[in-house]
Parts: sequence; C-alpha cells; structure tokens
Amino acid sequence: MPEPAFWRRAARHPSFVAGGVLVALLGAAALLSLFWSPYPPAEIDVPNRFARPSGAHWLGTDSLGRDIASQLLVGAQNSIVVGVVAVGIGLVVGVALGCLAAARRGWVEELVMRASDFTFAFPALLSAIMLTAIHGPGLFTSIVAIGIFNIPVFARIARASANGVWSREYVLAARTAGFGAWRITLDHVLPNIASVLIVQATIQFAVAILAEAALSYLGLGTQPPQPSWGRMLNEAQQQMFQAPQLSIYPGVVIALSVLGLNLMGDGLRDLLDPRLARAR
Amino acid sequence: MGRFLSKRITTFVATLAVASIVVFVVLELLPGNAAEVMLGPTATPEQVAALQRTLGLDRPPAQRYLDWIGGLLQGRTAVSVSYGSPVSELIAERLQVSLPLAVMAMVLTTVIALALGVYAAAHHHRAGDLGVMVLSQAGLAVPSFWLAILLILLFAVKLQWVSAGGFPGWYDGAWPAVKALLLPALALAAVQAAILARVTRSAVLEVSREDYVRTARAKGLSRRAVLWGHVLRNAMIPVLTIMGLQFANLITGAIIVENVFVLPGIGRLVFQAIANRDLVVVRDVVLLLAATVVLVNFVVDVLYALIDPRLSARDA
Repeated sequence: MPEPAFWRRAARHPSFVAGGVLVALLGAAALLSLFWSPYPPAEIDVPNRFARPSGAHWLGTDSLGRDIASQLLVGAQNSIVVGVVAVGIGLVVGVALGCLAAARRGWVEELVMRASDFTFAFPALLSAIMLTAIHGPGLFTSIVAIGIFNIPVFARIARASANGVWSREYVLAARTAGFGAWRITLDHVLPNIASVLIVQATIQFAVAILAEAALSYLGLGTQPPQPSWGRMLNEAQQQMFQAPQLSIYPGVVIALSVLGLNLMGDGLRDLLDPRLARAR
Repeated sequence: MGRFLSKRITTFVATLAVASIVVFVVLELLPGNAAEVMLGPTATPEQVAALQRTLGLDRPPAQRYLDWIGGLLQGRTAVSVSYGSPVSELIAERLQVSLPLAVMAMVLTTVIALALGVYAAAHHHRAGDLGVMVLSQAGLAVPSFWLAILLILLFAVKLQWVSAGGFPGWYDGAWPAVKALLLPALALAAVQAAILARVTRSAVLEVSREDYVRTARAKGLSRRAVLWGHVLRNAMIPVLTIMGLQFANLITGAIIVENVFVLPGIGRLVFQAIANRDLVVVRDVVLLLAATVVLVNFVVDVLYALIDPRLSARDA
C-alpha cells in the first residue's frame, strides 16, 4: 500500500487529480448503470425518434427512439469490462514471460523477446479480423484480440525492469544466501517493478478502450442489444444528415475516458518515479 | 555493417515465415472448418465435403501450407470465392487507394509532428510548448475514426466542400482522387502526429543538452545550423523508432478510416471478405498487412544503423 505521503503528493499533482476525476466518473457511470439508467438502453420508442435533449431525454434519442444517455451509461460497462480483462490478460501472461526471461536469461530470454517482437506484427485489429472470420464477431473476439496485443507490451517492460533489479546488490545477497530464482522474483523483483507495471497498465487501459471502440465501430466487437460507444458512433454516422449531434456524444465520452486514463498514467509516472519527473 | 545486415535479414525472413504459419493455423486449422464458415450454418455435410474438395481442404495441412506459400513466392494466389478473380488482382486494384492514403498520411504526420515537436522544444516551458502538449494530449485521446466522422460533419455536411465518402478513381485526373483522400489522410495523420510530436519534442530537448551541441554553439555556429546539423540528426533516432512502431497503428487506422469514408481500399476489401465469408481473401490480406508491418520495422532497423553506426557495431 502506498504510504500517506504518496497521497498527499498525489492530491497536489494536477494531471493525476484531473485524470483521477475523469476515471472516477467513468467508473461511477458504469457502477450506477448496473442498478439504474434513465431508460432501458435498448428500449425502442419510434414516435420519439431523433428527440432533442430535454428533461425526459437528457441527450435526446436516436433513430429508433432509444435514450442516448442510457446507452452511454450502460456502454461504460462494456468499455471497462474489455479494458480490465484485456489488460489483465496482458499483465498476467506478459509479466510472467518477462520475469521468466529476466530470471533465466540465455535462450529463454531470446525466445521470449523474439516472440514478443513477432506479436507486434499482429495489431489487435488484425487478430480481431482473423478471429471474426472464423468465430464471428463479439465481446470475446475483442477481449482476446486486445489481450494478445497487450502480452508483448508487458513482457518487454517486465523484462527490462526485472533485469535492472537482478543486477542489484540485494539480489546478489539473496542469491548468495541460497534463494532460488522463483523466490527472488516473488520477494524482490515483482515488488520493485510494480510501479512501472501500474503506470503501463493505466496507459494500456486507455489503449484498450480506444481499440474496443474501434472494433465495435467496425462491427467486430460487442453486438446488439448490448450498447457500446463504438457501435453508437457507427449508427450515428448513418444519420449524419438528419441528426449530426448523435455523432458527437459517444466520441466525447470515449475521448474523456481515454484522456482521464492517460493523464492519470502520466501523473502516476511522475509520482512513482521522481527521477523521470525531474528529467522532463 | 555486413554482419549486422545479415543478422537482421535472417530475423526478417524468420518472422515472415512464422507470421505466415500463424495466419495459416488460425484461419485453416483452428476449430471451425473453413468450408463450414464459408457455407454458413444451413449447409449440409455433403455440401461442406464438396467445397472442402474444391478448396483442397481434404489434403494434409503441411501440403496445403507449402502450396499456398509456394504459390505466393511465384506470384500465384488463390481465386476469391466471392469475386471470382485471383486475390492478387483484387489487392493490386485496392492498393491504388490504400497506398496513396498511407503515403499521404505518413507525409502529413511527419510534417505536422516535426514542426510541432521542434516548435515546442524551442519554446520549452513557455505558452507555445504548453499549447503543443495540450494539443498532443487531446490527439492521443481522440479515436481516429471519430475524428474522421467529425471532419465529414464539418467539411461534407456543414460546409459541403467535399463529398461524405467514396472514391472517384484515378481516371479523371489526380486532383479528384487526391481530394477524396485528403480528409481520410488528415484524420489518420492527426492522431499519429500527436504521439510523434511529443517524441520529437523530448528527443530535441534531450539532444540540446548534450556537450557537443554546446561545443557547436561555442564554435560560433548559428542556432539554425546547430538545430539542423547536430540536434535533429541525433534526435531522429528515437523519432524513427516510434515512427516504425507507429506504422502498425497507421495500417490499423487506415483499415478503420477506409471504412468510415467508404474508400475501396484494402481495409474495405477485408471487411467485405469477412461479410462474404471469403476466407481466401482474408488470409492473403492479413498476411500482406502483417508482412508490411514486419518489413517496415526491418527497414527502420537498417535506417538506424545508417544514422548511428554505433548501433550496428554493437549488434554485430
């Protein structure tokens, strides 16, 4: 747990605070939508289609009369689920591979690094295209595609940081005392590289939200009736001439969520690694 | 340099080979038979078996893989089920849109990013620097396809300067085609430039603090001469790295933006192929895109060594 001094410094860091507020709003929206939304997000009300923002419909309605605010609220759940699971996959598998590479060195390290170089040749969208071609579109396709893309990102960072820890005196002392690679990784390496991983996880979360929005915009991700911000933009584009405002809201929500996570990541980097903050 | 090059070429060829195996395994060997996918859920087992024979799916996987790769190396591709023509012809036709789009986006990205990055570094800790950083933070948060939609809203719906999408082809002269690609290229470039401007700024700042830059200034060289002759050349190494890494984003972005603007490029081709269950097209296009990413990273590696000979000496 970070000490109280960390939180005192954090509270004075402008980008951490601004990012934190935006991320908290995103989380709160997703949580709230689990219990309540102004209307059921998929409820069709054709007589009320293209309604302007009002007390009844805060942000108006779409071409089928569905309430925009409710779709945005429930859509937040989707972005968070994809972000958490995809970053989780990358974090668990990537960090395990990176730590293994740093602990074993030699051909294991070479193999892990070549494999992660190789995975960069398949951006999330290419993996999603292949998976959709075989298994069809859906939430699972986006999570797997974005998760696979995250693995080499974390593997590289974990390996580079873990190599730094392995060259320190206290690790040498632990090895001399007879502790094995597994124990040293758990006791010394992981706690010392945790801050770098937390910063990267925050940034990858933002990347995952952007990727999920792109995949659902293209129809590869979340499928109806589950609302998603990317698909809302796709549907809004069809009605661009009748209701241009529909193309604005989902984009603003995506951009604010990503901005919040990026600002928080930048703030965390400054707070957890003061050397970097001084260098900037 | 010779050893460096041969090592890089070996890695490049090996990566391509592994990429082709991954594409083959995912699309042809994973559960979910290609013939079943192509025929849909209503197909009878007899129809599936017949299509498997036509596509040669009843042959051993290793032989199918070697036939596919052998054909590609000799310039032969399979015939698309939905278009009835060889995939290479389809790709060549669509490249007339995708290639100029990627080049225009890359040029715009470089110009915007270098200008903003150098400007911000020259105005370090002043309003101009802050402005560029805010702009870049915004660029990082905005999805390229949303920016594309906003550009259509402004220039096609509101101002009516351009059409909301589509591509006239190159037959009526270059200008209508370039005009149709301008907004998509801008949408792609803005997001890429946001990242690259930051990298350029910090690289220029870092190099400016080096002793040799101070020496060059002390020798009496002008700020401009030092910037072009010493700072930018050395700052290019991290900028090039990120440009190489970003190329994958550019390809991904191009696929999405082509769909936003309904441009008949590679991105549209692969999506129509998914909709038509045309796995032959999906397979060849995905391999082409992955190979392009690998090729660009290889070229960037070699360019590095040319810019900074220390890198090839260390690696050889």
